[in-house]
Amino acid sequence: MVVVLYEQSQTNCATTRAAGEDLWIGTRELESATGWSMKPEGLCRGDICVPVPVSQAAEYVAGDAVNAARFWRRMGSPVVHDGAREVWVLGTSANHRGATLQSLEAPDFALPDLGGVTHKLSEHRGKKVLLATWASW
Amino acid sequence: MPVWQSLYAAHKDQGFVVVAVAMDIPEAARPWIEIAKPTYPCLIDRNHHVADLYNMVNVPQATWIDEAGQIVRPPENAGSSDAFRQMDRVTKQMAPGQVAERERTKKTYVAAVSDWVLKGPASEFAYEAASARARLSLPDAAIAEAHAHFRLAQHLLGGARHDEAAEHFREASQLHPQSWCIWRQAAQKDASGLAAGPEFWARVDALGDRPYHRPIDMKGI
Repeated sequence: MVVVLYEQSQTNCATTRAAGEDLWIGTRELESATGWSMKPEGLCRGDICVPVPVSQAAEYVAGDAVNAARFWRRMGSPVVHDGAREVWVLGTSANHRGATLQSLEAPDFALPDLGGVTHKLSEHRGKKVLLATWASW
Repeated sequence: MPVWQSLYAAHKDQGFVVVAVAMDIPEAARPWIEIAKPTYPCLIDRNHHVADLYNMVNVPQATWIDEAGQIVRPPENAGSSDAFRQMDRVTKQMAPGQVAERERTKKTYVAAVSDWVLKGPASEFAYEAASARARLSLPDAAIAEAHAHFRLAQHLLGGARHDEAAEHFREASQLHPQSWCIWRQAAQKDASGLAAGPEFWARVDALGDRPYHRPIDMKGI
């Protein structure tokens, strides 16, 4: 079993095989962990599709499993894992973060307050928002 | 926090809200929130996801978002000054002139927020799209990777895997040395919970002429 950390989610995946810098995940589990799904065009999320490189297809897709780590690196997105390869972060590329910021649409997020109630930034649409950070440290 | 509370209280009936995000763990943020009792949403961001999304590197930083969800002032230092660097490091006292500078910077920033709440796009402090875009600070590949290591480190810490967590915190900080959020979250804290020991001051001193809080482009600051 592998824990996949993607954006704000944390998902336990059972249909995985981690070896070296490769992380194979069943397509269904990958979709529930990240929202990325296999389509005829490639690995897709929303309007974005990453095609499977024809000459290296076996390194990206095998039956019902995809090598998520390979796909992520191909997108320029960081992949890091613990020593035991039990916890994998499928990160988000600087290009994607930058393009989102340049759209000027404030990136949405959902975070808990101290009482455990989740708040989304987008709940405040229709108001002016001062999004301000602080810390105890 | 008292500053944000009075700003919120003054303008909450004018279509304005403060959304405060603690780049912190709940246990450390809790006492501060319980004392200040803010009435605006106070969220806890253990994984510094907001810093990742908005490419923030320190606290306090803030961004202004209009009614349509558009950024009209990109993330920037929210009214803090570098006056603290001159404080007496033993007594933690600042000279009156330094205190005055700190207060003036804060007041100027808060007054600018008020001006925007009242005037909207007509406020001289709210940017049109092209200017806002030009003022964005965008992440690079090393920063994106730093956030991935930080995420992993916080997860490992949650499982009490301290040594492994420390490795990934270190990696994150090396990849993204400008981030005080990453460094201070991972650093040793003193009895009052501050990462303000000799290592902190050594890191501040190593900045030399570079700022700790990057000064912002705002009339009066």
